[in-house]
Amino acid sequence: MSEDRNAPWRDELRKTIKAKDRTALERVHMNELDPEYRSHNKEEVNQGLTAEQAMKEAQRCIDCANPTCMQGCPVSIDIPGFIKNIERGEFLQAAKVLKNTSALPAVCGRVCPQEVQCEAQCIHVKMGKQAVAIGHLERFAADYERESGKMDIPVCAPSNGIKVGIIGAGPAGLSCAGDLAKLGYDVTVFEALHEVGGVLKYGIPEFRLPNVIVDVEVEVLRKMGVKFITDCLVGKTVTLEDLQAEGFKCFFVASGAGLPNFMNIPGENLINVLSSNEYLTRVNLMDAANPESDTPVFFGKNVAIIGGGNTAMDSVRTAKRLGAKRSMIVYRRSEQEMPARLEEVKHAKEEGVEFMTLHNPIEYIGDEKGRVKQMRLQKMELGEPDASGRRKPVEIPGAIETIDVDMVIVAIGVSPNPIVPSSIKGLEITKWHTIVVNESMQSSIPVVFAGGDIVRGGATVILAMGDGRRAAAGIDAYLQNKK
Amino acid sequence: MYFWAHFQQNTIDIMNKIVKKEVFSDKVVRLDIEAPLIAKSRKAGHFVMVKVDEHGERIPLTIASSDTEKGTITLVVQNVGRSSAKLCKLNEGDVIEHVVGPLGKATHIENFGTAVCACGGVGTAPMLPIVEALKKAGNKVITVLAARTKDLIILEEQIRQYSDEVIVMTDDGSYGKKGLVTNGVEEIINREKVDICVTIGPAVMMKFVSLLTKKYNVPTVASLNTIMVDGTGMCGACRVTVGGQTKFVCVDGPEFDAHQVDFDQMIARLGAYKDIEAEDNCKAI
Repeated sequence: MSEDRNAPWRDELRKTIKAKDRTALERVHMNELDPEYRSHNKEEVNQGLTAEQAMKEAQRCIDCANPTCMQGCPVSIDIPGFIKNIERGEFLQAAKVLKNTSALPAVCGRVCPQEVQCEAQCIHVKMGKQAVAIGHLERFAADYERESGKMDIPVCAPSNGIKVGIIGAGPAGLSCAGDLAKLGYDVTVFEALHEVGGVLKYGIPEFRLPNVIVDVEVEVLRKMGVKFITDCLVGKTVTLEDLQAEGFKCFFVASGAGLPNFMNIPGENLINVLSSNEYLTRVNLMDAANPESDTPVFFGKNVAIIGGGNTAMDSVRTAKRLGAKRSMIVYRRSEQEMPARLEEVKHAKEEGVEFMTLHNPIEYIGDEKGRVKQMRLQKMELGEPDASGRRKPVEIPGAIETIDVDMVIVAIGVSPNPIVPSSIKGLEITKWHTIVVNESMQSSIPVVFAGGDIVRGGATVILAMGDGRRAAAGIDAYLQNKK
Repeated sequence: MYFWAHFQQNTIDIMNKIVKKEVFSDKVVRLDIEAPLIAKSRKAGHFVMVKVDEHGERIPLTIASSDTEKGTITLVVQNVGRSSAKLCKLNEGDVIEHVVGPLGKATHIENFGTAVCACGGVGTAPMLPIVEALKKAGNKVITVLAARTKDLIILEEQIRQYSDEVIVMTDDGSYGKKGLVTNGVEEIINREKVDICVTIGPAVMMKFVSLLTKKYNVPTVASLNTIMVDGTGMCGACRVTVGGQTKFVCVDGPEFDAHQVDFDQMIARLGAYKDIEAEDNCKAI
């Protein structure tokens, strides 16, 4: 429920335009860089809204008494609350409302699949109209605040001196850290990589989420008193017992799903066949395309990406930017079943990516040096729906095609990384190596909570953040009860 | 834990300081690095990922030894690329930006009986803790130390400390016996029963040690040195085929049953970025 819907200013604001007139307004279109221009650099594709565009779009929201959009948000952002602040021109206040519930609004505004979450629940959709552009507005408010130089640091309760350790500095860990810091806990985040941000840094490319956006949001957490220790792999560098001996009372394991899946087909270990994790980490985290970076990356000319998710889109668009003449998505189902966001598919197509749907690789062929030079693809057709409810792709007998490639990026999903869970004695784990938790994200060990991909197996940034929030509440309840 | 105080104050820059440097040859240096947490938790066979500076590549280096009292780990670095060249140039007092570990699975140590440790070049460094652990577990340890030439034989004194016997082999005969590491290993197998062989060195060397011991049915463990990015299972750059299955060296290894490893594939994959790096070097000149 929105907090100050009955505040006089908001009451007034609602009356300025009739609800009917609000719903009649056209949805704003965010400016994007020209596809030809952007496909050769790493500039952010989406350009954000101007203040004028944002205020106009904010008018479309009718400020429902029962805002169903909030039910679609995994972190329950006060959506009408921030949108109405935009409408009245109080942009900094809008950002403040966002930060009450989200540790990373500028990130969410960019990478959340709003079309299946908040925006899917918007009253406009129920009336057969386009949803209010909640994601665009969220991004606008967060960007405005950052660019204003007047970043608001959320108010934290007086320190209670209780130490909580968070394992993994990705979206779940950062979100949990923010909430616990607000409650007055002494929070330390342990990160195995050399930078904070997890998948936001190593996975999602600059052209979709600039690293500086992540850095600024992390800086806010630091100012709230959250400590970060990079280059520290809990379970290897230090154990949970070591940390308990140092006074840590509770833990949140958010170590992610960092184990890439392969298909186990012939030729998959040839040179220049790599996981999307490797490719994106080289380019994003290690800046390998920059001549100054010591990390190498192969600039493929004919690049095939196997998979149809957001990571596949990120990889194929990256390959295009690194000079690929032909960059292809190879996906065994049809475009309708693709798990990638519509926007990512649209952007990829605009940039000249080829879509080879209903194709499945069965073998890679190498040259004399062991480098991939061709792939054999089995053509598929759609059969009956399978367990996922999507129509199952079935092979068309004998329909096999051979295509020249010099690079193949496998983006068919990830599995939970077992390093952290396997180091914690007595932790209950599923056969898929995910950690078993209850509704407050508590594991079989009472002081260990877990969330994000290490529990879900491979989901989205915002679901991970939702887990982080729930775990923070769970940890607080557990520690307060123990007192 | 005295170092914990530094962690808490976010003054971890005292970490990763080079406290001692020894130049073994123009391409090989030994660095003792302040890394107390790693020094305490590491075991034989573990490695660390090192990122030398802002533009540095993350490279895996096996830990040669550690001193828990001083809180240091010892790494032996060979100049083979841009980041390792920078590492070799660092001096005492300099700080390596990032060191994370210990990573990988520790070496399986037990009293096998007679153990032959066959190492070549800088492979001697990661072999050192294994020789020590095998000796302490009660094995008779015979180490074959091999290199191209006398100047490239490293850590001989330390290896001798824990070996019952050391056979030195050089390609050019400038020190010890003339010949390859495999000649030394075969000599031992021919004269006495060998229960286990451990081999660390260039991939092609390990391949031939493995072929030899397979012929004599001597169980053999090889410690693989593949390309890695994160070193924690995330990227899969390090994958090798072992017994027909794909394994990740960083989390499933780095040690495997040598007789099951597809060394030819591994050697090809090690060359994945050779062309690019050669081009880069041309640019740099």
